[in-house]
Amino acid sequence: MSSESRVQLLAILGTIVLLATILELVRRRRLLERYAVLWLFSAAVLLVLAVWRDLLESVARRLGFEVPANLLFVLGLGFAFMLLLHFSLAVSQLAERTKVLAQRLALLQQRLSETERELEAARAPEATDERDREGAVRAP
Amino acid sequence: MPDGSARLAIVPAYNEEATLPGVLESLRRHAPGFDVLVIDDGSTDRTGELARTGGATLLQLPFNVGIGGAVQSGYLYACEHGYDYVVQVDADGQHDATEIATLQDTMGADPALDVVCGSRFLEKRDYRASFGRRTGIQIFAAIVSLIARKRVTDPTSGFRLCNRRAIELFARDYPHDYPEVEALLTLHYNRLTMREVPVRMFQRGGGVSSIRSGKSAYYMVKVLLAIFMGLARRRPFVEPGDESALRALERA
Repeated sequence: MSSESRVQLLAILGTIVLLATILELVRRRRLLERYAVLWLFSAAVLLVLAVWRDLLESVARRLGFEVPANLLFVLGLGFAFMLLLHFSLAVSQLAERTKVLAQRLALLQQRLSETERELEAARAPEATDERDREGAVRAP
Repeated sequence: MPDGSARLAIVPAYNEEATLPGVLESLRRHAPGFDVLVIDDGSTDRTGELARTGGATLLQLPFNVGIGGAVQSGYLYACEHGYDYVVQVDADGQHDATEIATLQDTMGADPALDVVCGSRFLEKRDYRASFGRRTGIQIFAAIVSLIARKRVTDPTSGFRLCNRRAIELFARDYPHDYPEVEALLTLHYNRLTMREVPVRMFQRGGGVSSIRSGKSAYYMVKVLLAIFMGLARRRPFVEPGDESALRALERA
């Protein structure tokens, strides 16, 4: 087996493991389909190029790569950057949503404790200020 | 400012148990027309408890959201509860509650104003700041003045009085961290009018500023990025029948 075939075999095995891992994570519901799509696309492109050596070599030659395997690396790196950017976007969106949720929660909590206090006051009109204050402390 | 208007003082606080009671006390004494809302931004000390015993309404965020998010929840509260005016006061005792009257007088004298900001630098007063901080503030002041085409001396001041229009704007759109500079530009882009008035401020009473020396470089970069991204963003449209376009023309 030539060294080139060994590299090819390694590339094929690597991308197959990657594909299988992603699919398995999706199957177990650990990875949302939404975030798996970009991964699957990257792995699929790499797998096609790893299997179809003529395509890899012709594309690499046309783009000016001396060693075809370098095209695989460059593509892999490019996909990695794309995924990282994708996650930064997702994290930013989550941060924004978390902020809104926290604000809404605080407003609701305040409204709830005020309503509770008003209810208490309505139920026991003779309640002193003392008891009102207790009610306020008890409410979270 | 009409006498019957509903006024709210919002006090964002993160671990300010040392200074908060004093701030609430002086608000009660010097700004009696204002309801007081403390926003406890996930404090780990007794801030929330002291806000309640100090007679303030308490908004308790479930974790530390950051100053921008905390202040915005105050504006959301004011918006939902129909307040006409909001004054924003720091919980660290830096802002002098007696100066709220100065802000109110300015707002009352000119009905076209949406926001009145307290400035430490408009008049020469004995506010001392480190060289680095002063330089940073001056840089931001220059940039904001240039963009807004009017003189702004203290763009990092969080001591401001807002009318209903500004309350509604900030409830909808308020920057995340280190929000003051960007908030001024948000006002400008939405064609709200802001004026600075000279006020006296105290040195910080306790706690630590959200802008510590190690973070100041990050602060500069973050705010500068936000400013320039703001320039590249689409401006809000002026709706037909909107008075703001006319107002912008009047001032031009």
